[in-house]
Amino acid sequence: MIKAILIFNNHGKPRLIRFYQYFAEDMQQQIIRETFHLVSKRDDNVCNFLEGGSLIGGSDYKLIYRHYATLYFVFCVDSSESELGILDLIQVFVETLDKCFENVCELDLIFHMDKVHYILQEVVMGGMVLETNMNEIVAQVELQNRMEKSEVRTFLNSFL
Amino acid sequence: MSDVVEKTLTALPGLFDSQTGAAKITNRLRQLIKSITELTSKHEEENLIKQELSAMKEQVSSPNTTMKQMREIMVRAMYCEMLGYDASFTYIHAIKLAQQGGLLEKRVGYLAVSLFLNEGHELLLLLVNTVLKDLQSTNLIEACMALTVVAQVFPKDMIPAVLPLVEDKLSHPKEIIRRKAVLALYKFYLIAPNQVQHIHAKFRKALCDKDPGVMTSSLHIYLQLIRESPDSYKDMTGSFVTILKQVVGGKLPLDFNYHSVPAPWLQIQLLRILSLLGKEDQSTSELMYEVLDESLRRAEMNHNITYAILYECVKAVYTIHPKAELLEKAARCIGNFVLSPKINLKYLGLKALTYVVQHDAKLALQHQMTIIECLDHSDFTIKRETLELLFRITNAQNVTVIVEKMLDFLRICNDEHTIIHLVGKVAELAEKFAPDNSWFIQTMNDVFSIGGDLLQQDVPNNFLRLLAEGSESKEEDDQLRLYAVDSYLTVLKGHTSHLPQCFLQVMSWVLGEYAHLQESVDQREVIRLLTQLLDQRSVSSETRVWILSALTKISEGQTDLILDLAESLSSSQDTVLRQQAQELRHLSQDSQLHEWALPRGAPWDGIEVDSSLSFLDGFVSEALAAGAAPYKPPHQRQEELCEDRALNLEPYGFSLPVSLSSCSITDRQSPTLLSVSSGLSGNSTELSQKAGSSTLILEGVKRVWGKDGYLPQKEATAPPVDEPSAAVQPPSQQEAAERIEPRPDPSTQNQDKQQLASSLFVGLGVGSSMSLLGKSEAPPLRFRKKPRPHESSSSSSGTSERSSDSSSRSSRNTTDSFLYSSLLEEEPAASISAFDHTPKSTTANGLAQNKDTKEDRRANTSQILGGDMVIVRPSTIQDKHPPSVSSDLTALLPADLKDLPHSDVISLTSDPSLSLSSCRLFRDEALLLVIFISNCTETVIKDVAVQLTCEELKTVSLRGSVGSVHSLSLGHCPQQTSSVRPLVVTTEEYGKLWLSLSHDVKQNLKLLTDAGDPLRTTLNALKDALQLHVVDIIGSEGIVACRLLSGAPCLLHCRVNGTALAMWLRSPHPALPDCILYHCQRALAHH
Repeated sequence: MIKAILIFNNHGKPRLIRFYQYFAEDMQQQIIRETFHLVSKRDDNVCNFLEGGSLIGGSDYKLIYRHYATLYFVFCVDSSESELGILDLIQVFVETLDKCFENVCELDLIFHMDKVHYILQEVVMGGMVLETNMNEIVAQVELQNRMEKSEVRTFLNSFL
Repeated sequence: MSDVVEKTLTALPGLFDSQTGAAKITNRLRQLIKSITELTSKHEEENLIKQELSAMKEQVSSPNTTMKQMREIMVRAMYCEMLGYDASFTYIHAIKLAQQGGLLEKRVGYLAVSLFLNEGHELLLLLVNTVLKDLQSTNLIEACMALTVVAQVFPKDMIPAVLPLVEDKLSHPKEIIRRKAVLALYKFYLIAPNQVQHIHAKFRKALCDKDPGVMTSSLHIYLQLIRESPDSYKDMTGSFVTILKQVVGGKLPLDFNYHSVPAPWLQIQLLRILSLLGKEDQSTSELMYEVLDESLRRAEMNHNITYAILYECVKAVYTIHPKAELLEKAARCIGNFVLSPKINLKYLGLKALTYVVQHDAKLALQHQMTIIECLDHSDFTIKRETLELLFRITNAQNVTVIVEKMLDFLRICNDEHTIIHLVGKVAELAEKFAPDNSWFIQTMNDVFSIGGDLLQQDVPNNFLRLLAEGSESKEEDDQLRLYAVDSYLTVLKGHTSHLPQCFLQVMSWVLGEYAHLQESVDQREVIRLLTQLLDQRSVSSETRVWILSALTKISEGQTDLILDLAESLSSSQDTVLRQQAQELRHLSQDSQLHEWALPRGAPWDGIEVDSSLSFLDGFVSEALAAGAAPYKPPHQRQEELCEDRALNLEPYGFSLPVSLSSCSITDRQSPTLLSVSSGLSGNSTELSQKAGSSTLILEGVKRVWGKDGYLPQKEATAPPVDEPSAAVQPPSQQEAAERIEPRPDPSTQNQDKQQLASSLFVGLGVGSSMSLLGKSEAPPLRFRKKPRPHESSSSSSGTSERSSDSSSRSSRNTTDSFLYSSLLEEEPAASISAFDHTPKSTTANGLAQNKDTKEDRRANTSQILGGDMVIVRPSTIQDKHPPSVSSDLTALLPADLKDLPHSDVISLTSDPSLSLSSCRLFRDEALLLVIFISNCTETVIKDVAVQLTCEELKTVSLRGSVGSVHSLSLGHCPQQTSSVRPLVVTTEEYGKLWLSLSHDVKQNLKLLTDAGDPLRTTLNALKDALQLHVVDIIGSEGIVACRLLSGAPCLLHCRVNGTALAMWLRSPHPALPDCILYHCQRALAHH
């Protein structure tokens, strides 16, 4: 199970926060802060896995992260997930974002937080990996986008 | 604030113009984000968000706000919540959006709901109808959204409402819907397994779905199901193997390829499932050898994801029944991992090694140089993993080096969690493998000072127990104690203010007990040092109690010093201290009393303890008569607490007053007890809770303090089992040298490393002889602990002796009720549940309905094998002599049941016309209760109606044709041991299983010495009484295995120990060992 997905920038500013297990609001913020603290002090040449420690639920939990330019993508998972599998899932997620936003950058995440959530929902559902196939994810997201456009069109049509 | 963002923000306007999506970013959100990024302090941000939130509040309550604006407000609220600000006033609006809006609104609404609301939130109730509506919607997107939100936030009690609809979705034409439905059901299974029990067949259908995506999702469920009970799914091994074969063979559509690897995530799942299925099962394992081989071969090393597959493959190969050829290949793979320059792979390689060295320690030897490099790696994670690996390969020869490495790491480590974890391991290693006294004491000093108060309580407890109980030879023990005393005196003479409380407590206890051993040191000096500690402000009041107790023990003859001390403490704020000071004063003035209360050097077994607490019986019955609630063990209390979350409308019962007398000093032997008395007010309840999962800890008392005491343990001084290790040392070093030789021109640094290598990996090459209990017992142990009673038993000794809330009777009851409840938990459908005497459980599994069955009395073989498998059959016995509890009744058992082991026939009840007797039959998977109904009159009974009231199974009413109703009360409860079944395993399997079990209990039992071979006799007696399986008897050791009906195994390891039987039980179930132990004791006592 994936317990949480955190995306924050190099300064620890959260860009997307998704918890799949309930934590109180202040606990969430503490987890974000400490995770950032743990992850940010690691060099780029060390491994991408970290023991979550007492942070999110004992030694059974791991932080698996990737660092892209200005952003950290951190997945907090339990022992039932494959480390390398999750690492590649992050890659899939980022590539999908890239495809949906055309050259994704931090700003896209800031201003389209809701969209990023929708994309994420097609990848991970309730803490379980739903889809790992990028084309499939993009197809689902586009289906929703079409709906958006069609609504705008009907809205305009009603004025004509 | 972020420079990068600030810089990019200047380019923002242009960005928005150029992007098509930019138009949708409304002004407010853009403004908000922009102004936030411009701020410089947290304080300003807070103010800004506060303004923003109040503006939003106004907006949402205004009737003029359009849906579109509402959507935008939601996004802003999400943004604020993400930054950690409370926007709870928008929650209800999020629900409204989901309820009323169009598709777009719904989407935002649902997203907000799943972000804002947790599973327990009350507002979720408002969403149920909307979700139901959307689940039925023909619009694909609506249905998807509903499924997502259901899987995300729906709590247990709302599942039944949506379950049928989600189930229907399993046959939806669109695969995306099916896939989401499967995952939602998986989530349901995780939250409330019984609610989805009936749809297991549908899971199978999902597994066979034509869409590989749906099949992949269903694997989530199967992985979980198989993890819980691998045996029930063995028959599906073939299917999983076939699927994996097809995937590996590239039969899936190309779409599923990721970096030209076919469906890697699917492969990973399948490999995990297979390894669970093949674990300790040769025939199942054989089915998968081929495909595992194929996977190992196919996974060419070209991408990360192939390594992920390989890693799972290797783990699977080592988990299932071993096959030499595959093991070899897997070992090569591990080599590739470990030697990889990629750090992630190295990490996984270490992890794999850690996993594998349990099976094959030699593998670590092959990679020793890499391991040593990893030990000095700059990456914290790698280092930690390496230490974990070293921990697994520690033996008596390399322990000093490994422990030193661990301590080095600990000294620079500042992660609390890691420290606790690792320090415990160091203590464990030190205890197991310590080469000599001074090293041991020194290492434990390090453990205490580094671990400090983070340490888990059992580390100091074990250490003190080890010191106190000692081994066979008093001389050696005293030497160890002397070392400890000397070392602590040195520590105390230095700076003490920085020492952790736990270390101070340990020191003061040891000094109190053993300072007298050190004759060269003036006792006055010891008293002075301890008194000094009392004056320090950093010393906690709990530690003060420890110190005072120590002082009390050594106060003899030093009246002047002590009186001063007692005087100064008598005005202390702390009542416990004051009381102790008072006691101290009394004792120091009355040397006779002191001698009596605290006899110096008294043997450990000199204290008699009434473990049944029979002296309290009178008090308890009085209290019960006065209306007090009967004692319930903590686990039962916990359960009930969980159950009655609802409002309790009944008045609270009056609770038993707990009388704790605080005669702490009379019990000089128990270090933990002192802390019990120290916390008389608040602590005691906490302690008794901590003290155990059941009252059985009472027996722990006996174990430590029992009349029989501890009989000398032979192993403690006997020549170590692994004597050959010394002889073997050279070859392993040689091997190490061989590995190193080919390396060109080793630099001095390299030589250092090799030296380290040879010291780290010494003694590994030996195929260490597996003892009965596997590796954990194999190495020569310097400090052989005496059978360890239940965790913190010494503290429980204090509580149970003094607290009056338990009696021997209640202890028995809890044992039994545990067995019941555990059975119920694990096998709700089992027949025994019908016999449970607690009403709650019967209602829980719906077996409470009465069985009304009519039977012809002549229909001898008719059985009513209802859902609960109660067999009722009328007996044909025309015997006039009423209730003949004769064995010939068993002759009437139906043929298919005759061969089963059965209990004696017990007469339950009788009246002039009918008699009832019962007999228990032990079937492998169930307990059958056969009830014999005998006619005691001459008249022929035409018709018998049997009504079994299962709820409590205490009343059975019989209706004869005469029309009169005989109500016969059945005052009999089936015995608890009836649910124990023999577990047939081989010695080897036993060894493996033993290592995998966690909960253990040790105790000395009575040995039946009346026969020639006491061990065999005793074990056979137990076997007969409890249905155990005697796996093997070797010399003075015997291993026995049994399991619960529900499958939980319990392993017993017995060793003859003088006139006692040292029994060590292990089980995955925390309370099962206690329970079995209790019944063993009873069986032996009755014998």
